[in-house]
Amino acid sequence: MSITVYVPCDSSALSLGAGKTAAAIAAEAARRGADIRLVRNGSRGLFWLEPMVEVETPAGRVAYGPVQPKDVASLFEAGFLTGGVHALSLGITAEIAYLKNQERLTAARVGLGDPLCIETYAAHGGWQGLKNAIGMSGADVVKEVTESGLRGRGGAAFPTGIKWNTVLNTPGAQKYVVCNADEGDSGTFSDRMLMEGDPYTLVEGMTIAGVAVGATQGYIYLRSEYPHAFKTLQEAIRRAREAGYLGTNVAGSGKTFELEVRLGAGAYICGEETSLLESLEGKRGIVRFKPPLPAIEGLFGKPTVINNVISLCSVPIILAKGGKYYQDFGMGRSRGTLPFQLTGNIKHGGLIEKAFGLTLNQLLYDYGGGSATGRPIRAVQVGGPLGAYVPESQFDIPLDYEAYSKVNAMIGHGGMVVFDDTVDMAAQARYAMEFCAIESCGKCTPCRIGSTRGTEVMDKIIEGIDLEANIALMRSLCDTMLNGSLCALGGMAPYPVLSALNHFPEDFAKVREAAAA
Amino acid sequence: MKAEVPPIVRQIEALIDPLVDLPGATLPMLHAIQDGIGYVPDEAVPMIAERLNLSRAEVHGVVTFYHHYRRHAPGKHVVQICRAEACQSMGARDLEAHARKALGCDYHETTADGVVTLEAVYCLGNCACAPAIRVDDEFVGRVSKARFDEVIAELRQGSDASRETRS
Repeated sequence: MSITVYVPCDSSALSLGAGKTAAAIAAEAARRGADIRLVRNGSRGLFWLEPMVEVETPAGRVAYGPVQPKDVASLFEAGFLTGGVHALSLGITAEIAYLKNQERLTAARVGLGDPLCIETYAAHGGWQGLKNAIGMSGADVVKEVTESGLRGRGGAAFPTGIKWNTVLNTPGAQKYVVCNADEGDSGTFSDRMLMEGDPYTLVEGMTIAGVAVGATQGYIYLRSEYPHAFKTLQEAIRRAREAGYLGTNVAGSGKTFELEVRLGAGAYICGEETSLLESLEGKRGIVRFKPPLPAIEGLFGKPTVINNVISLCSVPIILAKGGKYYQDFGMGRSRGTLPFQLTGNIKHGGLIEKAFGLTLNQLLYDYGGGSATGRPIRAVQVGGPLGAYVPESQFDIPLDYEAYSKVNAMIGHGGMVVFDDTVDMAAQARYAMEFCAIESCGKCTPCRIGSTRGTEVMDKIIEGIDLEANIALMRSLCDTMLNGSLCALGGMAPYPVLSALNHFPEDFAKVREAAAA
Repeated sequence: MKAEVPPIVRQIEALIDPLVDLPGATLPMLHAIQDGIGYVPDEAVPMIAERLNLSRAEVHGVVTFYHHYRRHAPGKHVVQICRAEACQSMGARDLEAHARKALGCDYHETTADGVVTLEAVYCLGNCACAPAIRVDDEFVGRVSKARFDEVIAELRQGSDASRETRS
């Protein structure tokens, strides 16, 4: 019988050479006449070990990593096809502490098998949520999602059930489900990993949403920076339709739900939901005024459920196991789990799905193993380019939406970007304004003009010109942007700037100190 | 007498006509054109406008709003360097400076030999393998200056060795 060998096809694994590793394994097996079945799976999310190769053995799956083509011959010599010991041995995959200690609900299936194999998906509990949902009334499905306590995982943390309920109760001949897959925040890749590694979860989540609120058409708005995810989703949709999970008779329910992937075009602002809707309609991605809410007048003016990838991918398990099951994870008003993404200057970067309530210290040291450079960790930007730089003194605050907002920080989409002590926080503050200026849609003045003026003022601060007056001006400008911007881009770009000023003031006096010395 | 239709117009027609009935077809049409021709030629703007019953100004506005669309032909390969925070934390600022110097061109420009067009990108979702770059449709992670030079040398040799396939 052939032995199954897994080599990931995830973008990150490919970026570290997984394609060549897979080819080398296939060639070596052929040369030796070894009977193997090579499966390209999703990534387990342990990126310092990628390309991570797994072999199916009677004792379970055994992992090796990172495996480069030059290691392949010696792996065969060591008998890795039967779990033999090698310098790159990692032991039984499921026993790797980084993975074992996680609470994978949403990302449970990523890495288990061929992402596009519909039978593999079903074998690991896929479609169970949808099957339950089609036997329930729309209101009951919405009730289950509401009870789970699920809040928008894109960053805004708005209760998903409330959104769905509004769409359910808004009359309309045509309604839509839109997935926001414009994952533009630096330090985040969980959407990409899910879409590349377990695309049917998203298909199932969106279909449940459609069946529940009475929407017959879904769109996935995917950023153009994710070409592999695009191909995977297109193929997944084609196969799901063929298998009867999409189309005019969803899973035998007699209900219609169609799904299409649309590509964005490199605009960060299109991760803002109303701007995304404009873009889907074929227009410039200019933010809309709210109200009307997208749930009432969304895509093409119709009632629209618009949710992030991770929100929608959390729905199948909620419907499969019940809202209560999901609700039992987490703390306070932050229920369930979040796939945190540990990135940047970190030794063991990857995806860590845990219930809310753990701390940065746990993530950085228990999982991350400290910085990649071996230098002390000085700051962590949490929640993307609009998130605050968190100093070491706050590494013990539990990761909970409310606890973070209390210290003017935000969890956002769960991305953590780690910086060591060589970071120049004045340069990071300047970048936040520069980024806002590049990506502003231009509709409101605080964001459009404020970000450009902010970059200029920050240049003066960095040059040490009239330091006190310019820092005061900067704070005043931040206040205007925070309170006067139309959406989160201008409204939150001040967070990284203010956190840098408040927690790392020494970096803003460097020039003056140098002059005084 | 009817003037002869330029080949570029025929080419654009073939790319966008199948998409006319798609709701919100502007972006899909622009993608089809850029994927097929390598950039969005000026001729495309009135053609899209006519098919979607929009003004030329509206279509021009869409083309120029999005960073992804190019108005001129790129080099043989497009190399994007991630400028975002996760990559900054692992030395992307140095990598950017090195790339500009090594290629002898700035962002949105093409090397003198026409092989590489350099672009900035704000996150490739490869943040645990920073700094990251994208070469056409493939990613390269943990890109040191030496690795960058290797990738460029391979592109110049017309080799595909640095690029992964999903086979």
